[in-house]
Amino acid sequence: MTLPDWVDVGGFDEIPARGARVVATPSGDVAIFRTADGGIFALRDRCPHKGGPLSQGIVHGESVTCPLHNWVISLETGQAQGADSGCAGKIPVRLEGKRILLSTAAISVTAAA
Amino acid sequence: MKQRLVVIGNGMAPGRALDRLFEQAPDAFDVTIFNAEPRVNYDRIMLSPVLSGEKSFDQIVIHGDGWYVKHGVMLYKGCKITKIDRAARTVTGANGIGAAYDRLIVATGSVPIILPVPGHDLAGVLTYRDLDDVEAMLLAARSRGNAVVIGGGLLGLEAAAGLREQGMNVTIVHLMPTLMERQLDPAAGYLLRKAIEARGIPVLTKASTKAILGTRKVEAVELADGTVLPADLVVMAVGIRPNAALAKDAGLVVNKGIVVDDTMRTSDPDIFGLGECAEANGACYGLVAPLYDMANVVAAQLLGDEKARFRPAATATKLKVTGIDLFSAGDFEDGKDREEIVLRDAARAVYKRIVLKDDRIVGVVLYGDTADGAWFFDLLKKQADVSEMRERLIFGPAYAGGGPLDPMAAVAALPDDAEICGCNGISKGKIVAAIAKQGLTSLDAVRTHTKASASCGTCTGLVEQLLKGALGDAYKAVTVQAMCPCTELGHDEVRRLIVARKLKSIPAVLHELEWKSSCGCAKCRPALNYYLMATWPGDYEDDSQSRYINERVHANIQKDGTYSVVPRMWGGVTNSTELRAIADVVDKFKIPTVKVTGGQRIDMLGVKKEDLPAVWADLSAVGMVSGHAYGKALRTVKTCVGTEWCRFGVQDSTRLGIRIEKFMWGSWTPAKVKMAVSGCPRNCAEATCKDVGVICVDSGYEIHFAGASGLEIKGTEILTRVKTEDEALEMIVALVQSYREQGRYLERIHKWAKRVGVETIRRQIVDDSERRETLFDRFVFAQSFSQNDPWAERAAGHDAHEFRPLADLTLVAGE
Repeated sequence: MTLPDWVDVGGFDEIPARGARVVATPSGDVAIFRTADGGIFALRDRCPHKGGPLSQGIVHGESVTCPLHNWVISLETGQAQGADSGCAGKIPVRLEGKRILLSTAAISVTAAA
Repeated sequence: MKQRLVVIGNGMAPGRALDRLFEQAPDAFDVTIFNAEPRVNYDRIMLSPVLSGEKSFDQIVIHGDGWYVKHGVMLYKGCKITKIDRAARTVTGANGIGAAYDRLIVATGSVPIILPVPGHDLAGVLTYRDLDDVEAMLLAARSRGNAVVIGGGLLGLEAAAGLREQGMNVTIVHLMPTLMERQLDPAAGYLLRKAIEARGIPVLTKASTKAILGTRKVEAVELADGTVLPADLVVMAVGIRPNAALAKDAGLVVNKGIVVDDTMRTSDPDIFGLGECAEANGACYGLVAPLYDMANVVAAQLLGDEKARFRPAATATKLKVTGIDLFSAGDFEDGKDREEIVLRDAARAVYKRIVLKDDRIVGVVLYGDTADGAWFFDLLKKQADVSEMRERLIFGPAYAGGGPLDPMAAVAALPDDAEICGCNGISKGKIVAAIAKQGLTSLDAVRTHTKASASCGTCTGLVEQLLKGALGDAYKAVTVQAMCPCTELGHDEVRRLIVARKLKSIPAVLHELEWKSSCGCAKCRPALNYYLMATWPGDYEDDSQSRYINERVHANIQKDGTYSVVPRMWGGVTNSTELRAIADVVDKFKIPTVKVTGGQRIDMLGVKKEDLPAVWADLSAVGMVSGHAYGKALRTVKTCVGTEWCRFGVQDSTRLGIRIEKFMWGSWTPAKVKMAVSGCPRNCAEATCKDVGVICVDSGYEIHFAGASGLEIKGTEILTRVKTEDEALEMIVALVQSYREQGRYLERIHKWAKRVGVETIRRQIVDDSERRETLFDRFVFAQSFSQNDPWAERAAGHDAHEFRPLADLTLVAGE
């Protein structure tokens, strides 16, 4: 069976504004973020620093602050901001109406980070 | 025609004089040098490293053959001058070679003293003076036999260490009670002796040599007390005397050495005396610094600078034995008019002594840690008044540098590897380099790039000083520390404006106070959420997206992303039902670790996030509630068993603790609040290092606050004493409410108290009863909105989205 290119992971309203939810995938957890102005982003739920769950961080602007050691990660690129460097893998995600669709290729087992 | 300058001797002092001469007037003189040693000018001070094998002769040469060619100097190697004819103005050597002079420098140095004991002329008895001596010692050392060094001064010790390094069994025989007694005081001499002996070199002090035994060559050394030390090599290093015989034969005035005036001229104005052979102001010198000073004067005088004068200055000594750090300078005899500062660290074998006279350093002895030697010596030479920094003087320039009022200088004096930020292990060098390289201009930027001062913040002052040092006046310390990069406003202004402008939501604050970012950041949002909640209880709706994850899900995130759960145990008291419920939960959810906390409760660690609501449901079922171990909130009230069980208890501390906890739990505070109640002054509940503590006394209750036992350790301050439990509760509640209203977010009670002032707090809480009552009432009002168990609410389904994934795609892939 071939997987569709995009998979529906839930509704836009199921994620609080300036918040995040987790999608468990074969290649590990993915954090889906919703910003204050309604943007949706997806990153691997692992801070490039010590693997902290970014989904649990505080979302501000288009960034999230890791709950473990306060690294600030760009939601747009997955890159650590400021003086820190490292990247939380970015996962293609899009909105179709009020549904959140995630790239299947990016989350399959072979795509494991 | 050029003047003819003849130099007898080719040691370091004449070498320096010629250097100076050629620098200033390369063509003024035709120079001829007669050197009794068959070689060029070398650094005699470095003979010890040659002996020990650390350096080769080539490495200690000062003027190689090329130097003599370059400057057109005629150098006779191995040519000893035997006669000076002052009338004819000529010098003549043993082999008939000679030269005529216009000016003559006599720099014949010194000769080692040979003790006139029987056997002193046996083969194998050496002195320690020049390279020939070193080569003879190295040859003798090949036998790996026994060596005796007579003399425990600088040279003797260096010779002994070098021979030991070459594999000989060495014994030091020293006449005086302590080693290097001319440079060291007895305490440093003792440490030195221990260090020498630790290298396997026995030291015999107060030992007088009676005879050197042997038939053709040396076999042993006999001491006055009858001891006989077997020896294949004897090195005499008991001192030097000026080599003035040639000058004396020439009719120059000679006392101990060749007498010179302060222009370095002998009794014949065309003849200079220079170096160890010269006697100036009645003294002869053996250390290099004053000899170089003499050389500078000779050069200046030769060039016509008649004002040049030799002024003897204090000298400093360093022992050149690898691994032994020793520095001595000036004069360190005890005296009525002298004071001393001594630092001893026996474990590190460090000894430092500074001798002061009239607030000026006259002597310094450093053993073990000589890093500051140059600095002390500089103060000594300058005769600087040290009264301002006297208290810290002994700790060196890093601490004493600029006097008590100038912390800048103290920081500036720190070495580059000095650690500034202990939390993140950041050195001064790293910070300074980052400031320069990245062009940082603010504390925040330094924090971002280096992490220095980004953790506990105790080093903030030091970091600011480094910024100031690097940027000078360009660095403007923000007098009010901004809350975060989103605003220029400090915490206090933001709080004030929230009240004054009746701002009741985070977007209202961001808009009205002109935040620079669209929705704040992870620093300001939690603070604003707290301020709004504390200011407008009941009115303000908690913004959970502006809380740290721990407070959002009411559990403590662990490094692997699991959580820990700590239920309240009121006053640290529990029972079988609660324990059974905990045990069941641990089994049911396979919780890996159960740990008793420092606050008298039980921590379950490693709970999966999705299990949290179910865990809480089971705990709620027996009446247990959240312990807020995750929050900026009231944590624990630790108690002892008080009058209920303890034979010393004077009040029911357990009951009071439980009462306080039940009254105050659920309240949010700027930072965590830990309390304790001890039933008697023995203080088993350790109440005197808590944010708020109570010590029960016969007459009632002593209320304490502002203790700390984390990053900082600090005993509490006493707020007041009261007679009844009710009064104690009122005081504590008013105190905490005052802290809730005035404290900056993340500022613990002791820091708040330090900022606001303990006296001010006492006045507001204790003396002003009206204010106390209002504070109490405001706390009670706020509690009516916050004493809901967050666990029970979530077990019942509140915020369910927090605890489960949005979707689980792992099964899809498995299909």
